[in-house]
Amino acid sequence: MNNEITGAEIVLKSLADQGVEVVFGYPGGAVLPIYDTLFKQNSIKHVLVRQEGGAIHAAEGYARSTGKTGVVLVTSGPGATNVVTGLTDAMMDSVPIVCITGQVPQHLIGSDAFQECDTTGITRPCTKHNYLVKDVNKLSSVFHEAFTIAQNGRPGPVLIDIPKDVQFASGTYEEKNKIVIPSHRLFEPSPDFEKNKIEEAVELISKAKKPIFYIGGGCINSGPKASKLVREFIDIVGAPVTMTLMGLGVVGSSDKNSLGMLGMHGMYEANMAMHECDVMINIGARFDDRVTGRLDAFSPNSKKIHVDIDESNINKTINVDVPIIGDVKQVVEKMISVWNEKKYKIDSQSLKLWWDKINKWKEVDCLNYNNEGNQIKPQYAVQRLYELTKNTKTFITTEVGQHQMWAAQFYKFEEPNRWLTSGGLGTMGYGFPAAIGAQVGHPDALVIDIAGDASILMNIQEMSTAVQYRLPVKIFILNNEYMGMVRQWQELLHGGRYSESYTDSLPDFVKLAESYRAVGLRAKTTDELDDVINQMIETKNTVIADIWVTKEENCFPMIQSGSAHNEMMLSKDQKQDKKSAEKGKILV
Amino acid sequence: MNKSVYDSPDQVSETKRHILTVLVDNEPGVLARVIGMFSGRGYNIDSLNVAEVSNDENISRITIVTHGTSEVVSQIEKQLLRIVPVHSVTNLDQEGSSVEAEVALVYIYISDTNKKKVYQLCDLYRARKIENENNTTIFEIAGASERVNRFIKEINEITKVEIVRSGPVAISSIQKNEEE
Repeated sequence: MNNEITGAEIVLKSLADQGVEVVFGYPGGAVLPIYDTLFKQNSIKHVLVRQEGGAIHAAEGYARSTGKTGVVLVTSGPGATNVVTGLTDAMMDSVPIVCITGQVPQHLIGSDAFQECDTTGITRPCTKHNYLVKDVNKLSSVFHEAFTIAQNGRPGPVLIDIPKDVQFASGTYEEKNKIVIPSHRLFEPSPDFEKNKIEEAVELISKAKKPIFYIGGGCINSGPKASKLVREFIDIVGAPVTMTLMGLGVVGSSDKNSLGMLGMHGMYEANMAMHECDVMINIGARFDDRVTGRLDAFSPNSKKIHVDIDESNINKTINVDVPIIGDVKQVVEKMISVWNEKKYKIDSQSLKLWWDKINKWKEVDCLNYNNEGNQIKPQYAVQRLYELTKNTKTFITTEVGQHQMWAAQFYKFEEPNRWLTSGGLGTMGYGFPAAIGAQVGHPDALVIDIAGDASILMNIQEMSTAVQYRLPVKIFILNNEYMGMVRQWQELLHGGRYSESYTDSLPDFVKLAESYRAVGLRAKTTDELDDVINQMIETKNTVIADIWVTKEENCFPMIQSGSAHNEMMLSKDQKQDKKSAEKGKILV
Repeated sequence: MNKSVYDSPDQVSETKRHILTVLVDNEPGVLARVIGMFSGRGYNIDSLNVAEVSNDENISRITIVTHGTSEVVSQIEKQLLRIVPVHSVTNLDQEGSSVEAEVALVYIYISDTNKKKVYQLCDLYRARKIENENNTTIFEIAGASERVNRFIKEINEITKVEIVRSGPVAISSIQKNEEE
């Protein structure tokens, strides 16, 4: 009996065994055997992108909106190097991805062959793990381990490089449940993990007078149940909660405890509360520099609890008092049961005073902007978009820049996994392919990419993909003809010298959409805005809505680089003192 | 703690030398992962040594000498543990008691005038003469790095030498149960 099948068949079989439904990819010489096998089967759908960079962002959007692992298939050389940005993005934002790359046949490796590159060498620092598979009989075990590693612990991208001769070679397939992965290669907390620390943390919370929850993307990666538990625990404690850019949606915007986003462009009340709290409960966030501002002035008087699945995040930039290493849903579940067991109750008198203080900060109304005249303010455009889509199942993706921050500030998220943005790496060009991925995962949902005029051009070629697969993705461009965030920094920190931040010769976005046989819409004034948004929603086709917004609007509030949480700028008139501005200039 | 230009909280601990011993699966690229982590995150490698220690289990031991504050070194340990083929990371300085040794091969230019002094010194340090077919005089010295340093310093005062050093390897000397 000969049970041998080809390497390419093993690849497809492994994917099917892992429950993969869709692969985002682009063919090429070194992956032709896999594409040939793909052609002969019907269980796995392939989405053909227009550039490999689009494939990996689409896989990220698919993964983050569905909770499944995104799969990418590209060829050797340029195919592999084009996914490097997306791999790094997935690494920074902890997105589970398995990326398959073709490689030149083994006898050509090292000879500078056509479309050869050192893929595993190039991608080593931007993947959780990677493989060069030289033996066809190891292919299935590598695949099953790769999927496990991508999803296990802190999720991330894993790359599998397969030489063309291995794709052609015959070997045996091993099923998923027959593979045993040594425990040191995975993150496996013991059932009784960190019990004492959890008790210590809960006691600390119960004694707090000015507590605040600081919630990050780890809560989303831990699955929908984690968000439910986090909400439940916050409700029991009655403490205010602020979320990072990646954590938006874990607690609903309309929740009475929610102070919204914190950090550089976060809410005044959230940052002030972080600065003045006495107990900070960080769940699944990593004290990113966009959140902390100046480290030596970060929440100076608080005891800090830090729940993170990745031990290397503990004491990396901020020293904490009670570190807990584990998965959010397990840790928070235990926290709730400890709280209930010990019948803890927070001092309601102090908590009331704390909320009174926070409510005073809220009166500052930090998102206030001047909305006079009939020119569309970008903030107003996002507000209207929210109002007109809030009753529909909507996924929002963004590119990177001012529009991203306005989307985070003005679009209200009530559920996890509905907000897809490039947080850690800050990848312009992420949003549109990510929206394609999200739409593939949720064919009936409304998926909108809130974009800027500069960012959207970075992956505009994917229009062709969206139209080919009849994906009714909506691109909502806040068009100010500038790289807005660059312009804002140049205005605030570089004496208004707008070096190369104005985009001359932008395309006519309406005609651009039409040339792809999609629908193009335009709003130039506030009177046209609602009509355009409604028309965009109702159109059963890919749409570009070109929203002309005021050109020199700045994104406020803002903690300038090198400043602390209690030194927020609320408007342009409130200039930072010159010395710290000079110091801040060297920061990113 | 980190090298961020964002001001760090006041540093308290001093920079010290640390020896880390890392057990890894012996698979392609594992050394590149380890040293890539050091260079990518701006940590220091003073010396590095790698060899297979168990044939049947396919495991290698990497001994790394680094220096940094205790915060930096603890971050290094955690970053090493994130690497998939890494089994364990031990900071021998935290284990308390450890034994370290390195090997140096020393090519010594010998003349009639310095011959006696050279041999006396080599005797003193128990440096072993290695015979070879070219009749050159090569000595091997093993032991703690400071001992090797002292030997090299003294022999340098006598004559010209060429040196190759392995860098230290080390092992914890704490008593262990056999099962472990």
